[in-house]
Amino acid sequence: MRFVDEYRREADAQRLVQAIERLVTRPWTIMEVCGGQTHNLIKFGIDRLLPPSVTLVHGPGCPVCVTSLELIDKAIFIAQQPGVIFTSFGDMLRVPGSSSDLLSARARGADVRMVYSPLDALALAQKYPDREVVFFAVGFETTAPGNAMAVWQARQLGLRNFSILCAHVLVPPAMRAILASSDNRVQSFLAAGHVCTVMGTREYEPIAEQYRVPIVATGFEPLDLLQGLYMALRALEEGRWDVEIQYTRSVTRDGNVAAQQLMHQVFEVCDRQWRGIGLIPASGYRLRSSWAEFDAEQRFDLSTVSAQESSICIAGQILQGLKKPPQCPAFGTQCTPEHPLGAPMVSSEGACAAYYQYSQHA
Amino acid sequence: MISLQCPIPISEYPVVTLAHGGGGRLSQMLIERMFVAAFANPALATLHDGAILELNGARLAFSTDSFTVSPLFFPGGDIGSLAVHGTVNDLAMCGARPLALSAGFILEEGLPMEDLWRIVLSMQRAAAEVGVPIVTGDTKVVERGKGDGLFINTSGLGIIPPGVHIAPQRATPGDVILINGAIAEHGIAVMSRREGLAFETELVSDSAPLAGLVARLLEVGGDHVHVLRDPTRGGVASVLNEIAAQAHVGMHLDEERIPVADAVRGACEILGLDPLYVANEGKCIAIVAPEAADHVLEAMRAHPQGAQATRIGEVVGEHPGKVFMRSRIGGICVVDMLSGEQLPRIC
Repeated sequence: MRFVDEYRREADAQRLVQAIERLVTRPWTIMEVCGGQTHNLIKFGIDRLLPPSVTLVHGPGCPVCVTSLELIDKAIFIAQQPGVIFTSFGDMLRVPGSSSDLLSARARGADVRMVYSPLDALALAQKYPDREVVFFAVGFETTAPGNAMAVWQARQLGLRNFSILCAHVLVPPAMRAILASSDNRVQSFLAAGHVCTVMGTREYEPIAEQYRVPIVATGFEPLDLLQGLYMALRALEEGRWDVEIQYTRSVTRDGNVAAQQLMHQVFEVCDRQWRGIGLIPASGYRLRSSWAEFDAEQRFDLSTVSAQESSICIAGQILQGLKKPPQCPAFGTQCTPEHPLGAPMVSSEGACAAYYQYSQHA
Repeated sequence: MISLQCPIPISEYPVVTLAHGGGGRLSQMLIERMFVAAFANPALATLHDGAILELNGARLAFSTDSFTVSPLFFPGGDIGSLAVHGTVNDLAMCGARPLALSAGFILEEGLPMEDLWRIVLSMQRAAAEVGVPIVTGDTKVVERGKGDGLFINTSGLGIIPPGVHIAPQRATPGDVILINGAIAEHGIAVMSRREGLAFETELVSDSAPLAGLVARLLEVGGDHVHVLRDPTRGGVASVLNEIAAQAHVGMHLDEERIPVADAVRGACEILGLDPLYVANEGKCIAIVAPEAADHVLEAMRAHPQGAQATRIGEVVGEHPGKVFMRSRIGGICVVDMLSGEQLPRIC
């Protein structure tokens, strides 16, 4: 199949693995930022093909995992209000809130629907004018343009029954938070290819410079990942810290300017609580006040919602690359995909679920 | 001795969720802890696609299946043909030749009579194709809004030829794992129709009766055919995990050898689904002793239901209960069971 098979050829993968083996002279620790990258590294067994001196740590780039408990609880609360159709991407439905998840809310009678795009939620709002349709706007810069477009179109269409629960998070502030931490081990990043497709790579240049870490905007197929790792390791070995693009078929230095303009029109940067990590200043998007009529947090009274996190789960340390899933005392015992304590065990992009599903456990 | 306490901890699942019907680990938990525990008996305990009952020296296979599919009509079939194929295939997976079927209908008030007639005709055609009569049935009507158009239950009775012993526990290290064609077609076809996802190529369900294929394969392989299983809900990955656990054996798969049509692969890539976990309705996994594997594979390929049959892996003695796969690029990963249904990814 075109555009897939050519990025999964075994001979090419072996060549890259050998090139990496020849290149590496000492131990290095690299973080892949995006959960989609984590998933494929484990699914294709790439982590086991690399020389032992290369350590991969899994980054915070799984939107399902980092969405704060409080927002999940708010989502469940809104979904349970009479007359509401609550819409979400599929993998948010099983994320545990303080005491429930959206699928369980549905089993108890809430009208929770899985959609593939925020525009599907918009179509529901048109179809059911007497219902309140709310879309759970989660994700990084990748999903932000689509969500901005949904709100923009809702205004064009004059819809009065559509809103979004905005949970957007941004990658660069999270990378800064990791690098600024006193326990940081990360020496280089594979930046998330699709985030960079939207945003370009300029905003990573000051990070590379300030912390002297090479950053490679990398794709998701096995050969993309191996090539991104090769480029990062070469920069480390040569003592360089620049921003490079591996995923050239999608990423440019400037990114998608039209998408950025729309996002800027609809969203503004805000402080954001990250699940397991805490508050990161200027690390999220919220709707601008001129778009407040589409903000679910304004339309619903959420003052009674309060969140309580599991005390055993070490999701925060995992999402910052300080620990690996099997180092968690609950991994595979108290915490499984059937009974997740933390969000990384839920999504297929979550590091714990990827380890549980594709590597040896128990 | 059955405890009066509900075996599914209330704190975990106070109500049934869709994941309990998804064919993954939660379905398995519900079946084993609740149904098998309560109804405990030797025929049920084998946890095969059907029960095997002995009667005056003859061995009968008895199986039942309920069908709830939305939409009722999908590319490549409808709920009627699916209901016949499903139970015929469950009997075939016991090594049995189907003798007779029952059909139970739960109809929702308001279902167009025309749709019901199309479905009944489709069942008639599917049963005639296999040569199995539908000999008894039942009809109930529920109020509008209390059923999804209609639900169908079919049960079936079949006879197992002498010398045939199919059981998941017979999977033995060294055995070869065969499949009769490309995977994931039913699940993706139904999903694309249900969710209104349009792809350039129309994706068609593989729904088909497997009794003929299985009869042929047993003629050629006889007692060397150890396990048969149709990878419906939960897909190939879930079924192989179940067999590995029941037989206390490991399995090795080779991703490169698992056939997936390009259109299906494309749809799976777009939606972030793994075809190994997507439902099939016309596929059969055969676990066969190595000395008979080539003959059985040839016989499968010569049959219309098995033109694309291929060897996808083998049973091993190491890591009992686990399924490993060599990925396309040569890495090794574990193919585990999912807890519920696969959910499409965000980005």
